Amino acid sequence: MEDILLLNTIERYLDGRMPEDEKGFFEQLRLNNPAIDQMVVEHKLFLHQMDEYADVENFKDSLHTIHSKLSETGEIRSTEEPASFGGKVVQLWNRYKRTAAIAASIAGITALFISALAIYFSPSADKSQLERLSRTIEEIKANQIVTNNTLIKEANEPKIPKGATLKTGGTAFLIDGKGFLVTNAHVLNGSGAIVTDKDGHEYNSKILSVDHAIDLAILEIDDKDFTPIKNLPYSIRRTQPDLGEELFTLGYPRDEIVYNMGYLGAKTGYKGDTSSCQLSLTANPGNSGAPVFNNNGEIVGIITTKQTQTEDVVFALKSNNIFKLIDSLKATDTLFKNIKLPLKSSLKNMDRVSQVKKAENCVFLVKSYN
Amino acid sequence: MKGDTNEQVLLKALANNDSKAAETIYKENFNMVLAFILNNNGSYDEARDIFQEAMITLYQKAKSESFVLTSQIKTYVYSICRRLWLKRLHQIGKMANGVENFESIPVEDDVEIHERRNAELGIMDRALNSLGEPCKSLLEAFYINKKSMDEIAFSFGYTNADNAKNQKYKCLIRLKKLFFSQYNIGE
Repeated sequence: MEDILLLNTIERYLDGRMPEDEKGFFEQLRLNNPAIDQMVVEHKLFLHQMDEYADVENFKDSLHTIHSKLSETGEIRSTEEPASFGGKVVQLWNRYKRTAAIAASIAGITALFISALAIYFSPSADKSQLERLSRTIEEIKANQIVTNNTLIKEANEPKIPKGATLKTGGTAFLIDGKGFLVTNAHVLNGSGAIVTDKDGHEYNSKILSVDHAIDLAILEIDDKDFTPIKNLPYSIRRTQPDLGEELFTLGYPRDEIVYNMGYLGAKTGYKGDTSSCQLSLTANPGNSGAPVFNNNGEIVGIITTKQTQTEDVVFALKSNNIFKLIDSLKATDTLFKNIKLPLKSSLKNMDRVSQVKKAENCVFLVKSYN
Repeated sequence: MKGDTNEQVLLKALANNDSKAAETIYKENFNMVLAFILNNNGSYDEARDIFQEAMITLYQKAKSESFVLTSQIKTYVYSICRRLWLKRLHQIGKMANGVENFESIPVEDDVEIHERRNAELGIMDRALNSLGEPCKSLLEAFYINKKSMDEIAFSFGYTNADNAKNQKYKCLIRLKKLFFSQYNIGE
């Protein structure tokens, strides 16, 4: 009870509610009694703390009131939902980007691991499927590369006019012993051409006809050094080759004549082109225009292109196109009247080495220049 | 500058418990702070708490006699929130994303003063909350809600104000004991 009385007195004193005479009496008491003075100081401090506490609590209350009022009127955002969609995405991204990065790397590693397993365990049959797939992609892209040599070096051969630039090179072969040659049209990128035999003898030649539609061209050797060949050892076949037929070719992927062999892979060419066929043999840039022989020494085709994505898929123009071309040229131009295509092969029943020995004299390296 | 004068007036009003002033400052700054905290690993509720703490800091600063406004209110509020939030993230071992959407000024001292004050008020808070009823409600009604003893006597069911007063002093003695067991006067 005493404490309460004292506390009441102190509060009244600190409030300033104490009458003057009592106040003087109380101040005297404080001076004489340090314990009471201590209590006054303590209570003053307590009241100050309480005031401040009350003040902040009241302010907090008013803040809560303001917050609910403003979020109700929409003057401040009331949820995490932002005003714009982009902001939310940025927020989510910012909040979860580390998690996302970790998840993505785990997913990536797992994917790599699984594909490694798949490659390791998948049967080899899958491989052909893959190749078939890649072929269709290629069909869309039509990315065949033309197998002719691109020569950029300055011409230094004596037969080439001075200052002329070699443009392209390829292979040509005789279709008439008098000096008529066939090659691919794309081989003759320049305005003139010289041909070189397997021994390195060069002959000037004239470009008689270039047909880009079927990719064939006719050249005529126009050189006094050239001795005509009476009978060509091979013949040119009018009919279609057979699937699986063994074939060989002679060409100039380099400056020396190169032999290669393979077989007929398909009766049609790229994208089902019926004017050409698919071979399985190795061909390189420079083989363009090279003759394709069968075992009987009959020319069944002319190498034109190869597929870029796959090895050993080569396309050859069927030899009946030579007949078609010469026939149509004969009808329009007397220049071709004299051409007689060889119809009888003398290479039948000979071994390959002998066949090549006879045929190689009729296969030439073509260089086209400007 | 006119803007500065307006802000001075606004702060004076805030210090005088003008709820309109508090509302204006709240309205103009909350979304900015919310965006900052959401962009830095925080939630809406955390943003509200941090922002209100900054408002209290501003309020206490505006009330103090030595108060001088050295920056815009917006800059000050943002800086306080930024500081408080980065500190909290650090305490819970999280990282900020480093997303800043406003320039900030150094407010380390203000935040420190605010936190010391908060700690003191925390003592009063804990003391009050461990008091138990009806003492807690009674003292809150008198000291915080500033009710008169007659009102208190009526709402708490005391026969008269003197009874209520006696009860209040009994409670106050207990509260003071609790408070001073935590609070060190020497400090």
